Amino acid sequence: MKRSTVAAAWLLALSGTAQAAYQLNLPAPATRVAGEIFELHIIMMVIILVIFVGVFGVMFYSIYAHRKSVGHKAEHFHENTTVEIVWTVIPFLVLIGMAWPATKTILNIKDTTSPDLTIKVTGYQWKWGYDYLKGEGEGISFLSSLITPQDQILGKSPKDEHYLLEVNNPLVVPVDKKVRVLMTANDVIHSWWVPAFGVKQDAIPGFVRDAWFRADKIGTYRGQCAELCGKDHGFMPIVVEVVSAEKYSEWVGEQKKKLAAAADDPNKKWNLLDLKARGERVYTANCVPCHQASGQGVKGAFPALDGSPIVNGPKGRHIEIVLHGKQGTAMAPFGKQLSDTDIAAVITYERNSWSNKTGEVVQPSEVGAARK
Amino acid sequence: MSAVIDTGHAHDHEHHPSGIMRWITTTNHKDIGTLYLWFSFTMFLVGGTLALGIRAELFQPGLQFWHPEFFNQLTSMHGIIMVFGAIMPAFVGFANWQVPMMIGAPDMAFARLNNWSFWLLPVAATLLLVSFFVPGGAMAAGWTFYAPLSTQMGPGMDLGIFALHIMGASSIMGSINIITTILNMRAPGMTMMKMPLFVWTWLITAYLLIAVMPVLAGAVTMVLTDRHFGTSFFNAAGGGDPVLFQHIFWFFGHPEVYIMILPGFGIISQVIPAFSRKPLFGYSSMVYATASIAILSFIVWAHHMFTVGMPTAGILFFMYSTVLIAVPTGVKVFNWLATMWRGSMTFETPMLFAVGFIFVFTMGGFTGLILAIMPIDIQLQDTYYVVAHFHYVLVAGSLFSLFAGFYFWVPKWTGRMYDEKLGKWHFWLSMIFFNVTFFPMHFLGLAGMPRRIPDYALQFAGFNEIASIGAFGFGLAQILFLWIILKVTVLGRGEKAGQKPWEGADTLEWTHLPSPAPYHSFHEQPVVK
Repeated sequence: MKRSTVAAAWLLALSGTAQAAYQLNLPAPATRVAGEIFELHIIMMVIILVIFVGVFGVMFYSIYAHRKSVGHKAEHFHENTTVEIVWTVIPFLVLIGMAWPATKTILNIKDTTSPDLTIKVTGYQWKWGYDYLKGEGEGISFLSSLITPQDQILGKSPKDEHYLLEVNNPLVVPVDKKVRVLMTANDVIHSWWVPAFGVKQDAIPGFVRDAWFRADKIGTYRGQCAELCGKDHGFMPIVVEVVSAEKYSEWVGEQKKKLAAAADDPNKKWNLLDLKARGERVYTANCVPCHQASGQGVKGAFPALDGSPIVNGPKGRHIEIVLHGKQGTAMAPFGKQLSDTDIAAVITYERNSWSNKTGEVVQPSEVGAARK
Repeated sequence: MSAVIDTGHAHDHEHHPSGIMRWITTTNHKDIGTLYLWFSFTMFLVGGTLALGIRAELFQPGLQFWHPEFFNQLTSMHGIIMVFGAIMPAFVGFANWQVPMMIGAPDMAFARLNNWSFWLLPVAATLLLVSFFVPGGAMAAGWTFYAPLSTQMGPGMDLGIFALHIMGASSIMGSINIITTILNMRAPGMTMMKMPLFVWTWLITAYLLIAVMPVLAGAVTMVLTDRHFGTSFFNAAGGGDPVLFQHIFWFFGHPEVYIMILPGFGIISQVIPAFSRKPLFGYSSMVYATASIAILSFIVWAHHMFTVGMPTAGILFFMYSTVLIAVPTGVKVFNWLATMWRGSMTFETPMLFAVGFIFVFTMGGFTGLILAIMPIDIQLQDTYYVVAHFHYVLVAGSLFSLFAGFYFWVPKWTGRMYDEKLGKWHFWLSMIFFNVTFFPMHFLGLAGMPRRIPDYALQFAGFNEIASIGAFGFGLAQILFLWIILKVTVLGRGEKAGQKPWEGADTLEWTHLPSPAPYHSFHEQPVVK
């Protein structure tokens, strides 16, 4: 009770600066766990400041008073068992005092049982994938990537308010519901972090880890990937929209409709122009960071697709690389992220763009066949 | 009669090849110490330049100078070069110069091995620097090169791996040499518990090195075979475990942190008593505290991995064991303060750096405690708070202790006093700009700025600007240091130093050897009472 009053006072004092450029403390918590962490940090800071003042008060007094230049003569004592025992035992007790409240919070953090909603989060180089596994909205699935335009990053146009912290499809969750997030990754280790929720959990390829949060305020919360994951590690933010229960139901309804409308017939025969147009969108969303919009890649790091022997060679090898990636390189297996139609589209686009003119159309059914 | 023979004998020993062959073939601990120190200082300037590349990019939001992939190379190579090229070899340089003189030995135990362990380092450094120019550039997976990101890298990663192998071999050989020297070559009467604290801390550090460098070698070898020979140690798709890499890395990495700070504790424990004109308080508790820190360092590694996800029991174990380290570390700080207490202090440059060390290193210790508390670590792991924390212990800790040691012993090494006025400038500029650079990073981390990003959201702009200005100031201060070094060593300017220029110094190199220390010292072992 008293602790939370202290924390509230601090919050109030800091709220003026919270949005300014010089934020001095953790962001305002939006879950109980984040609130506990906030308080723990305040307690630790108070203890540390007291020790700091004590220890360095003694040091600076000594520097002031025991100088040769003021004529202080050195004494010759060099041990004192009592003192040494005291300054071993007291810090030990202080440490127990620090670790005890933390232990309670840890038990709370680790309790991921009985969630209202379970969402799988997948880290990709360099975006996030969200799959609603259980609870209201089950079956919804989408990718979420940065929408800050390159012009702003390169300083060619002014940066907007949420520069680098804005995505095309935010994660949407209902307020006051326990949300369990399962983390995994597709390529390398990422880390899903939303400071206001007090959740940071590494997403590890081949492993599933979990964490949970129960947001207690409606609003938009932003975070970033917190584990170095290669070139665009700094460009894969996380945005979570916490909405009311009614709004959430509405959103789920819309998503379900969209999903139904977007479902492709995997056996549809596409013509070159339509498929290439769709492929360009897929290419922009997935391939541009490495292979570049020009198809030239980055010399020495990411191969060019323009004029590439694989892109201009047999279809089978090209499909295989896009589906399964290339071991030991940054080329990710896209088979798990993209539908047959999207993969067929992007391959068709690559085989008929820049100076590549194979004139070939790769149909979704061919990709489907290659998956088996 | 005997006097004549002695002089002839001594003259014979002063003889050594001149020119470049002196340095390539040398087996003299003082020459090799000098080589180590120049090498590490060079690497320090290289690593510092990379750091300025990082800070230039981060001065403002947006990408101004570098592509993100090159930015990642800068952060990774800055870390690798500073840890393995600058800090570690610098301490070995101090060990080479000081350990034989402080225990009354004529040289290191294995003189040729000593030469070899040094000359491996320029080879490793060359591999690291060349890696910037291979296709794909230098390793860009962080100095921790976590798998499977490191298995994605280009050939620069392989060069990095070979460099780490070579530097590891060099460290192991150096450690064997130091342990053998300390255990076998002490002057009569110098029992273990009479050894100067610098010697003690290096003895313990050398054991740590021998214990963990092979673990690092194993980790990098597994990355290498995963990259090229189809193994799947860290590849989940092949049945491997990416988290295993982190366990192995940090089992090496945490003791490594103490490898970089324990010899620094040793230097501070020589400097503080000398300038307080009072014996070190609690000598034996200092020895036991150092040993406790070394032992504890083996059971705390997973506190670097709290966000990986581990069982509650694991979290609690690593949190409790980590906070325990504060006890012996606290004992050390209290002992230094008690040594200063009621002394008769003067504040020449070595003492300034030593007191500065206590002040800023303790702040790094405090933030370490905060990070040890797992729930808080959830918020701070992989943010600029961690960057601030380890620069407080490695720059303000290890580096400042190296500065203190340099100013303290350079009169013995060269026979000349450094420029005291410039030394004081060096201290104040380093101290102020260090804090301008790294203190704001605590706030950046708390506010939520991840580390290792080339560009950041607008709310982080203010403190990044301050940090970048501080970094360039800190860099300039080290150019001043280069001038101070050149002046007292190569140019040989500065007043002549007596045998014992520091009133309170009491170890053998001050009490038994002239300044500069002769090329071969202690032909006859001194007797310690």
